[in-house]
Amino acid sequence: MADLYFTEEHEWVSVNGDTAIVGITSYATEQLGDIVFVELPDIGKTVKAGDETAVVESVKSASELFAPLSGEIISANEALEDAPETVNEDPQDRGWFFSIKIADKSELASLMDKEAYDSFVQGL
Amino acid sequence: MSKETTDEKNKEKSEAELLTTPLTDLMQELGGKMVPFAGYLMPVQFAMGVRREHLWTRESCGLFDVSHMGQARLRANNPAQALEKIVPGNIKGLDSHLQRYTLLLNEDGGIIDDLMVSRPDDDGLMLVVNAACKDKDYARIGEALHNIAELETIEDRALIAVQGPKAAEVFAKFMPAACDMVFMQCGHFSLFGHDVIASRSGYTGEDGFEISLPGRHAEEIVREILSDQRIKPIGLGARDSLRLEAGLCLSGHDFTEEHTPISAGLAWAVPKTRRERADFPGAERILSELKSQPTKKRVGICPIGKAPAREGTEIFVNGKRIGKITSGGFGPSFGGPIAMGYVKAEYSAIDTELDLIIRGKPYPAKVVAMPFVPQNYYRGKGA
Repeated sequence: MADLYFTEEHEWVSVNGDTAIVGITSYATEQLGDIVFVELPDIGKTVKAGDETAVVESVKSASELFAPLSGEIISANEALEDAPETVNEDPQDRGWFFSIKIADKSELASLMDKEAYDSFVQGL
Repeated sequence: MSKETTDEKNKEKSEAELLTTPLTDLMQELGGKMVPFAGYLMPVQFAMGVRREHLWTRESCGLFDVSHMGQARLRANNPAQALEKIVPGNIKGLDSHLQRYTLLLNEDGGIIDDLMVSRPDDDGLMLVVNAACKDKDYARIGEALHNIAELETIEDRALIAVQGPKAAEVFAKFMPAACDMVFMQCGHFSLFGHDVIASRSGYTGEDGFEISLPGRHAEEIVREILSDQRIKPIGLGARDSLRLEAGLCLSGHDFTEEHTPISAGLAWAVPKTRRERADFPGAERILSELKSQPTKKRVGICPIGKAPAREGTEIFVNGKRIGKITSGGFGPSFGGPIAMGYVKAEYSAIDTELDLIIRGKPYPAKVVAMPFVPQNYYRGKGA
């Protein structure tokens, strides 16, 4: 069973063992509007927590996804390149962006759980 | 995830200081997501979202609150002659009930703003200028024409645009006489019992009307219009993607005072009679650019692939920087990324291959003709 974490940048992080799958929350997709382009990281790339790792563009604007945790990119959701609208349709499942092999599990402490994220969004 | 620099610049006033229009409350009530724009609180989108609002306008009809734009009257013994001192358009040739697109020029022939000039009645000329340029425009007009004309800015009227292939069909019911107009005609009409000034024009590439309404009745009039299910309120987000697809300039972005009408690809706004008379600001420079070439030219740019190239994206050819994107994004009707920008004149030919530098990486693109989608103006039956 995976554990679900969130960032203040409106990303969700689903952690299973030492693998983390990353996407954006439905709050983020509502703010962005219709997504028309996604740029994914190269597989094998090493990222540090906070690094710009992917790009998501709506009709209106471009935004970045940051790596929520340090580690190595082990997969990317290439289906989004042809169907970026999947992120709007199903942000928390089929709309995932990339997965990371976690280098340092202690970084999880800096992420929010669902309850903390929900109250963070409430406060916006 | 965070907002990048390409997002709407927020050097705007705090929310409390923002101006409102006679339709702000209604736009909010209709679910508009309100953002600061040119000092006003304006709807950037509604529940449908930018993409669907855009498509709805091209397929049916959209209603836009554009009351933030500046409406004014220019009065003089000969207002057309006066205005021609600062615009290159043929205003003297503007007959009653006609409207014209023209450019407000500085003394060097640089473009301060674009504007609509019309003669809906005998009360001088009616001007409609861009919201973000109002102060600059009014100052320029006031200074240049101070002893020959009087400018009255109109603060008690709203302005709406209704745009799309079904606009005339819907307005045949509300304002039938206005539907006899063709593109760029204007006049006074009665709309739900109120005197309004309407023109058959807009800034989306579609058929439609722009209608100046008495401010205190604007809300009830717009509620009546929106009772027709073919019309939906549309935000500024879709207004921007619609005008970009139509190849139309956004003032202050797709031209600035650095650009002449020729450089901006608006030579058609300098008609023959004015070229012959050479009596507008910067005439010498503009006429010489017409004969030879301006150093840079505005062109349409089509990125190959899916990545949108936003304003500020640098344009390279063979490793050399040759220009910059001034408007760019995704064209929902076009179905892909589109842009316009300035390139050195020698790279302005259609099909010229370009590299756009997006997030440090080159993406291929080429120069294309505009508009990106066919224009759909009404020029009369059978026209």
